[in-house]
Amino acid sequence: MITFMNNSDSEEEPCNERTSLMSAESPPVPSYQDGLQASEAGEPQAHRKRRTGSSRSPNNIADGDMSDSRVPVRESALENEEEELTLKYGAKHVIMLFVPVTLCMIVVVATIKSVRFYTEKNGQLIYTPFSEDTPSVGQRLLNSVLNTIIMISVIVVMTVFLVLLYKYRCYKFIHGWLILSSLMLLFLFTYIYLGEVLKTYNVAMDYPTLFLVIWNFGAVGMICIHWKGPLQLQQAYLIMISALMALVFIKYLPEWSAWVILGAISIYDLMAVLCPKGPLRMLVETAQERNEPIFPALIYSSAMIWTVGMAKPDTAARGQSQQMRDEAEDGRENHRSPSHAESQMSETRSPVPTHPTTSFEELQEEERGVKLGLGDFIFYSVLVGKAAATASGDWNTTLACFVAILIGLCLTLLLLAVFKKALPALPISITFGLIFYFSTDNIVRPFMDTLASHQLYI
Amino acid sequence: PVLGLFLLTIARDPLRIIILIAGSFFWLVSLLLSSLIWFIAVKASNPQDEPLQKGLLIFGVMFSVLLQEAFRFLYYKLLRKAIEGLVALSEDGCSPISIQQMAYVAGVGFGLMSGAFSMINLLADALGPGTVGIHGDSQLYFLTSAFMTMVLIFLHTFWGILFFHGCEHRRWWEIVAVVVMHLAVSGSTFCNPLYVGSLVPSYLLMATAATWAYLLSGGSAQNLCHFLLCKS
Repeated sequence: MITFMNNSDSEEEPCNERTSLMSAESPPVPSYQDGLQASEAGEPQAHRKRRTGSSRSPNNIADGDMSDSRVPVRESALENEEEELTLKYGAKHVIMLFVPVTLCMIVVVATIKSVRFYTEKNGQLIYTPFSEDTPSVGQRLLNSVLNTIIMISVIVVMTVFLVLLYKYRCYKFIHGWLILSSLMLLFLFTYIYLGEVLKTYNVAMDYPTLFLVIWNFGAVGMICIHWKGPLQLQQAYLIMISALMALVFIKYLPEWSAWVILGAISIYDLMAVLCPKGPLRMLVETAQERNEPIFPALIYSSAMIWTVGMAKPDTAARGQSQQMRDEAEDGRENHRSPSHAESQMSETRSPVPTHPTTSFEELQEEERGVKLGLGDFIFYSVLVGKAAATASGDWNTTLACFVAILIGLCLTLLLLAVFKKALPALPISITFGLIFYFSTDNIVRPFMDTLASHQLYI
Repeated sequence: PVLGLFLLTIARDPLRIIILIAGSFFWLVSLLLSSLIWFIAVKASNPQDEPLQKGLLIFGVMFSVLLQEAFRFLYYKLLRKAIEGLVALSEDGCSPISIQQMAYVAGVGFGLMSGAFSMINLLADALGPGTVGIHGDSQLYFLTSAFMTMVLIFLHTFWGILFFHGCEHRRWWEIVAVVVMHLAVSGSTFCNPLYVGSLVPSYLLMATAATWAYLLSGGSAQNLCHFLLCKS
């Protein structure tokens, strides 16, 4: 029933159109923003989620303890305060990002290990038309490189398209596109996933129940992601759809192509975010200029603004969703700052009674958070999932890749604190992950196996 | 047990989690390098020669131990720098995390990775069908592996504390003692499957290291009695 399982093009078109939307959206945003234009240092934007990496150690983040009430209004002290505060929140933010990434990876690995569906090769997406079943190594390599080129170009085209749409203010179109793609993700992929899981565990379920469950799941998901909803639920949904997307990638990308694509994506990410003419950077800058939140974007955020008591509209609240860009971030950043300024002023105006202070503090605490694009989640999970699926050293390799990715994330966040602008989250982590995967699989595994067989311990 | 340790002591503080993961990473890198060396050695030698292989394995193990300790040292250096950074940035001039806590966490990180790598494939296989020791090997394979892993994890934790303490106070003999202990423990596993030879000394060494670390961290017999008896 799944139309895009086989290679019939006609049926594949609509699904793949969507898939293309998805995958196009997914990769391009692997950057997350941080301390956006903290250039206006005078403004009490001290609470942007970042880690001002004042020192270059990864542990320059102290515990988050609230010192909001002490943020002075004076500009000179403000910068220092800013740094300290962002530093203090640094560790917390890292953990706030560790947890969802870990969860996503756990879900993907668990599924890969238990449900055999995702490791069977049932066909390929039309984006990777070259098969890898060729007998010679050179041919296979060539095919995978060609596949990668096609995939990356699709992604680039989609990103540029999106940027153009954004530039020319075709918001309705973008909204519609996003809604459509999230619809497809939530309903179709969940249906497939549930079906396979139920098959694996031999649990019978009738169609009405299934329909009810999926309908509820999907509807709540749509509301949560595109509109308002409890933060935890939203985060949970984002994690789930990232995991689903990663599973799709793992299933449908042929092996060598997957690795080459991972490498190429991180390079592309690096370029797209850092080059002055890169599409993502243009997107970010345009959003900043216009001072608005992008769309219910494909970004995972660890904190959310509460509209209670803040003058800013709820567009700020819709900060996260499916975009892998941090554009929403920018918008939210800017939204946050005026609202923050308000709270600051009111604080200094009146002698601070404890109750309002705590509520402001609460609100401010909610605001702070780091944003990570969903594409990052997806590709991290793809890496770990592939490691779990194809490595013969099984869990060791998976574990090694997991730790590598987390460390990469740490380092990236550190750099974020140092540079205070949008950074690509993929390159460092993926590089570490790839290095560790290949080295663990080929070199460490025989060593550990031999050790284990003799029961030696190092 | 180590998971319990983790949950109780480390999961609260995000900084510790980061240090933990970084510690695991360092151990992983050391493992990588040591296995690289071993791999090269194996490829370069004659695969048919049994004693040679065994010898190479022993060499690999020892080398790996040395590398692990070297990486522990590197990690220590990194953490020192980090503490300076943290102190400079915190408001009241003292670091939010002390070097001892870092030592503890680093030790746990090392131990966790080491234990995970030793045990996890075993556990995964244990879920499947099969009988242990059907070919005349010891039937206690899983059990002893579990105990050995546990003792190794604890040892890594204690070694972390001792090592960092030695580096702090420039007592080289402490560092050397840690390295020697590590070598001894790994060496004792060579007498597996004669389990008496490996488990018992390891536990003894662990007890020694535990008391040593405890004393270093400022505890004393009095504290212990207080803790156990009064709880107030």
